[in-house]
Amino acid sequence: MIELTPEKLYNRKSLVINPAKTCQPIGALYASLGIHRCLPHSHGSQGCCSYHRMQLTRHFKDPVMASTSSFTEGSSVFGGASNLKTAVKNIFSIYNPDIIAVHTTCLSETIGDDLNTIIRQMEVPEGKFVIHANTPSYKGSHITGFANMTSAFVTYFCESSGRPNKKVNIIPGFTGPADIREIKKMLAIAGIDYLIFPDISGVADAPMTGDYKMYPDGGTRIWELRDAGNSTLTIALGEFSSQPAAVNLENKCGIPFKVFEIPIGIESTDRFITGLVNLSSKDIPYELEEERGQLVDTMLDSHSYFFGKKAAVAGDPDVVAPLAEFLLSLGMIPKYVYTGTPGKQFDKKMNKLLENAGFSGSIVKSKGDLFEMHQHIKNEPVDIILGNSHCKYISKAENIPLVRIGFPILDRYAHSYFPIIGYKGALRLVEMMLNAILEKQDRECNDEDMELVM
Amino acid sequence: MRGENTLKRALDKYPARVYKNRKSHMLVKDSSCKTQEIAANTRSIPGIISNRGCCFAGCKGVVLGPLKDVVHIVHGPVGCSYYTWGTRRNKARKSINEKNFLQYCFSTDMQESDIVFGGEKKLRNAIKEAVEIFSPEAITISATCPVGLIGDDIHAVAAEAEREYGIKVMAFSCEGYKGVSQSAGHHIANNGLMKNVIGTGKGKKYGSYPINILGEYNIGGDGWEISRVLEKIGYDIVTIMTGDGSYAELKNAHLAGLNLVQCHRSINYIAEMIEKKYGTHWLKVNFLGISSTIQSLKNIALYFGDESLISKTEEVIQEEYGMVKDQLEYYKSRLQGRTAFIFVGGSRAHHYQVLLNDLGIESILAGYEFGHRDDYEGREVIPDIKADADTKNIEELKVEKDKKYFRVTMSPEKLEELKKTIPLSYYGGMLKEMAQGSIVVDDLNHHETEEFIRLLKPDMFFSGIKDKYISQKMGVYSKQLHSYDYSGPYTMFKGAGIFAKDLDMGMYTPAWRFVTPPWKTGPILEAVLFGGEKA
Repeated sequence: MIELTPEKLYNRKSLVINPAKTCQPIGALYASLGIHRCLPHSHGSQGCCSYHRMQLTRHFKDPVMASTSSFTEGSSVFGGASNLKTAVKNIFSIYNPDIIAVHTTCLSETIGDDLNTIIRQMEVPEGKFVIHANTPSYKGSHITGFANMTSAFVTYFCESSGRPNKKVNIIPGFTGPADIREIKKMLAIAGIDYLIFPDISGVADAPMTGDYKMYPDGGTRIWELRDAGNSTLTIALGEFSSQPAAVNLENKCGIPFKVFEIPIGIESTDRFITGLVNLSSKDIPYELEEERGQLVDTMLDSHSYFFGKKAAVAGDPDVVAPLAEFLLSLGMIPKYVYTGTPGKQFDKKMNKLLENAGFSGSIVKSKGDLFEMHQHIKNEPVDIILGNSHCKYISKAENIPLVRIGFPILDRYAHSYFPIIGYKGALRLVEMMLNAILEKQDRECNDEDMELVM
Repeated sequence: MRGENTLKRALDKYPARVYKNRKSHMLVKDSSCKTQEIAANTRSIPGIISNRGCCFAGCKGVVLGPLKDVVHIVHGPVGCSYYTWGTRRNKARKSINEKNFLQYCFSTDMQESDIVFGGEKKLRNAIKEAVEIFSPEAITISATCPVGLIGDDIHAVAAEAEREYGIKVMAFSCEGYKGVSQSAGHHIANNGLMKNVIGTGKGKKYGSYPINILGEYNIGGDGWEISRVLEKIGYDIVTIMTGDGSYAELKNAHLAGLNLVQCHRSINYIAEMIEKKYGTHWLKVNFLGISSTIQSLKNIALYFGDESLISKTEEVIQEEYGMVKDQLEYYKSRLQGRTAFIFVGGSRAHHYQVLLNDLGIESILAGYEFGHRDDYEGREVIPDIKADADTKNIEELKVEKDKKYFRVTMSPEKLEELKKTIPLSYYGGMLKEMAQGSIVVDDLNHHETEEFIRLLKPDMFFSGIKDKYISQKMGVYSKQLHSYDYSGPYTMFKGAGIFAKDLDMGMYTPAWRFVTPPWKTGPILEAVLFGGEKA
């Protein structure tokens, strides 16, 4: 199993091996799915759209619809304006979405297609919208693409009508449908009136009914996007995936914002809930305290399996940061903390977190790849790996249990129906990690050590 | 309700120009017509939601990617390499002293500064790093969209690296925008492998019947099952292009006595070029389906014409078929009379019809995503196909007879005689074998998928991951024939049994019973509900 990965580290400057990130457009496509009756559109060659749909469909095991400008060599020379205009015309007449959300690709960015102008020149049917985000694949990662498209929703839709709605905007970050459902549940319990965008719940976790809907019931409505310009506050979950939209909304409609981490684990959920308390005059209902208490109960029950254990964490920065913090809450050591999304603020933040926890031997890398993380593991192993499906090869090669968290999870089912967010999500993380650790122990211990409870 | 009326209803919603275009890509099989023409290998309409991929996907993703002992560096932003990482099931095992890179993903991860100032330097250094870390025998460089646009000379970088490191370094200008589908990428990969690899090996001692298997990508172990049976008969497999294939073996492809072609579209260029350059004939085979497998095995034996080989072939057929006969009968009794849509590959939508037919399943709609007219109508139409601008941009590689290795293995008279009985240098296409009234659609799109499923209500839908869950959500069993839904192999006799078992699971899984909740179909309850009134 990937035995060609040498122990000896090599300071690579040009070759990325086994990346921990992918490109912007897929993040933009994903964000667009979270708007009701919106068709994501890839302004590039056919392959981009095909690959993104493939990857997202495999992750969710649900249809992921998107269209493409189908660039040819000719369009690459003369510009893609005519392709996009034809595409938009066809899409409205054949597929009738309310919004077409165009994202660019490395191709259309390199040739310099000016989407603002092209869209302005289009005939868009009454009541329909064509919006766009620039998502050059050669900058940032899929998280950047998500952030850029989310910000584009603000640019195109949010407006201040002068009538405050007393709501809170929530930008949930690159999270799954169950996570968004969990956020909504917490907000409902806390009695907070909110608008959330983009909202993938009810889209990528649509039920089986025998009736296929090209535009499922979920997703943020256009009126909600508009009304987001009248809210009291914006809460952006995740510095990388959500902050740009919040900043845009502040600039455009004067709405102040607060950035929280995606509430993964007990401490970031505590901060999120405390933040909500400050917003509402009400006390936090017992229901959330009960959930929290159940989590703490389990953390105490199982502490001996976690304490002092080392972990490797790879994924997207807004997920990895609170996840690593949660490992610390469990008494674990986040030994390797990797993301592929470049951003020095991540390294700084994580190093500070680890330093405060008294750990100096960890390696944090925002612009890393799984190959390098594997090399480190070979030199100093860990007890558990947290990351996406691509980590399974490291897991098998080094016989280290893997808990699949993040994107993409291509080789497991039903994960999109269960949250990793909030107290309930943290409880699920505890369960998944315990199962992984204990199953390995059951499978590998000597016969005489096999006990009913170990 | 089938026939022209179905087409009309499926096309009904289209604007005039789209209607005209899409109509030319569909037909209803009419056996009374001597020929029926279908438009294929033309541009997809922007916004139509086609399932097609790009040139890069066909080159790196399909043809080059499975070569296991090669470091496949993708020159471009990270996505293209990322999406071809472990996503196609071209299985491979390594033999002793061999390196297998298939579980690795290599990218130059181009950044904005590379786009502005050029990416050659980064590529050069990436090759250096790959050589220093892995010391591979061969490296491929596949170009993504921006590479051609900014003018990086990847061929010069490759040539320079080849000189510097003394290993094979090949560049492929397979930018995504070239051509109209994956097909252009197949062609570019074929050209590159022909120019750089095939014929460069010194070979080893082969048995009496050395053969190559072309256009077999070992999805779910298909190629292994084919090899097992062929080797049992007595063939010596020189190389498989490219499933579980290797650079080391591919170098010797010119030493085979016959080329077997499975997927016609993706590899016919190499088959033809080898024939011209080395004199090796190619035979179209189909190892999907019992009747087609038997016929193909017999045809190969006939080509070599050796009596003992012919009788050994019969023996192996009896033995292998015997192992699955009862199983297939059983499944046939459970699957008989069903209907299917099949939309995959560059021969496979044709090949699988045989296997489905063996199980009593009728293919009522079929088509290719990236096929050409010859894949539908047969190679006899090739001279009539007018190359459009998109096709003209793809190099037609000219090859000459090789001075050292060209061989005449058969007298022209004997060859002509053989051609009457076996498909030598010929593929008849899908259309001829389809049933009267069945529908053929080229480059099926989302709208048509939904419409045709509603109109024809098939029992099964065979396609890929992008449309799988659309069909399933509509209540129609759907199976990926790109990835086999992680099952396989489906080839030869044993594979047919596995395929039949998988379909049986798909049709009979109890889960279908639960799609509609009982309270929506059951009789109205006449019970007293808790704390309520009589319902």
